[in-house]
Amino acid sequence: MHISEGVLSAPVLGGGAALTFAGLAIGLRKMDYEKLPEVAVLSSAFFIASLIHVPIGPSAAHLILNGICGALLGWMAFPAIFVGLTLQAVLFEFGGLTSLGVNTFNMAFPAVAMGYFCRYFIRSPSLPVRVVSEFITGAGAILLSGLLVAACLVLALGESMDSAAKLVILAHIPIMIIEGLITVFVIEFILKVQPEMLPGTSGVSR
Amino acid sequence: MQIEEFSSGDSWVHKLDPRVKIVVTLVFSVVVALNSHLEVVAISLILPFVLIICARLNFGKVMLRLAIVNGFILFLWLFLPFTTPGETIYSMGPLTIQREGLYQALLITLKSNSIILMVIALLSTSRIFTLVHAMSHLWVPDKLVHLFFFCFRYIHVIHEEYHRLVNAMKMRGFKPRTNMHTYRAYSYLVGMLLIRSFNRSKRVLHAMKCRGFKRKFYILHHYEMKRFDYALAGSSLAFSILLMVAR
Repeated sequence: MHISEGVLSAPVLGGGAALTFAGLAIGLRKMDYEKLPEVAVLSSAFFIASLIHVPIGPSAAHLILNGICGALLGWMAFPAIFVGLTLQAVLFEFGGLTSLGVNTFNMAFPAVAMGYFCRYFIRSPSLPVRVVSEFITGAGAILLSGLLVAACLVLALGESMDSAAKLVILAHIPIMIIEGLITVFVIEFILKVQPEMLPGTSGVSR
Repeated sequence: MQIEEFSSGDSWVHKLDPRVKIVVTLVFSVVVALNSHLEVVAISLILPFVLIICARLNFGKVMLRLAIVNGFILFLWLFLPFTTPGETIYSMGPLTIQREGLYQALLITLKSNSIILMVIALLSTSRIFTLVHAMSHLWVPDKLVHLFFFCFRYIHVIHEEYHRLVNAMKMRGFKPRTNMHTYRAYSYLVGMLLIRSFNRSKRVLHAMKCRGFKRKFYILHHYEMKRFDYALAGSSLAFSILLMVAR
């Protein structure tokens, strides 16, 4: 969920910007020019994938896929997500310029954290271990993002946002389950079709 | 994909130096976002309105865009007026509307719309490639500039790829429902999209190497600040500073 312009207070905006700046610095240092086209074209793919709406009962949710993004790109998820969100802000006015730092961190930090979690288990020969850890990667990234968004709202607008924050987290639960399932299928699919895309599977460190 | 819909036009707003556009939008956004006076934020709306009128943008389309991005603000309106502690100005049954909450909700709405209108007026009236080029003159790291350039370049290509895959699914009679089959089908769609992107990026890298890529894009066209660009940058920044000091 993007937080719009003008909602957050200066300390939250500044803190988010500083954390994103640090994440970007690490991500850009890890991304050499050999890797640049891959990160860029995958960012375009995530941008397009986020336009897909999957049905959940009577309603629908668009895909976020930050868990998969973290698993594929590690720290480079920071620049990838930053570029995607900036383009969304300029092209569709989703999110915004001043909240770009906060929004990037809210999505990219869970991506990196769950991405690192995922790569411990991704080479496991046991299918159940892989499936469970892939589900946790996808669902956990959404849960963390939801918690961060809720925390930002409470920090900026005070306790009056408590019920709104709870609603934000509740609304993320069905999305969590779906992103978890989709992450399992996508990563298993990539492991079958093009395993060298994933870290650790071909001895290439990322 | 219909994007960059406001970028075609030949008004002076469209022709402004993109560096000026980026700097002015950033300064204005930060000033408005950090302001907490309703009157000042309301006055700030003047600048984006004037620019949008001068850019001769389709007013209906701008309003439609605003309506779409105000969803999050609407969500806040469901909570802020009722839950912020303060003076009660109206009560109906268990619900009470508080003055402070109402003030805050109104303030956020105005701030958000003022900044969004400014982004539409200045940034959406330029093409993304122009803005990316301008970024390289504004101390944005080279790698990040290249990332923007490639990412935007390939969004269109990947979007075509996506349509090919979706059409193939439709031809096989795929109908999305809330069931495991749907989620698996969408996952394979995403997986295939990622794999094709990955392979395409390898071909891009090889093509760049074949052409002797030296980690640098040579820019043939350079921007030149005209007197008008200076004038607009000066007056907009002065307006922003006035907003900042106004009480």
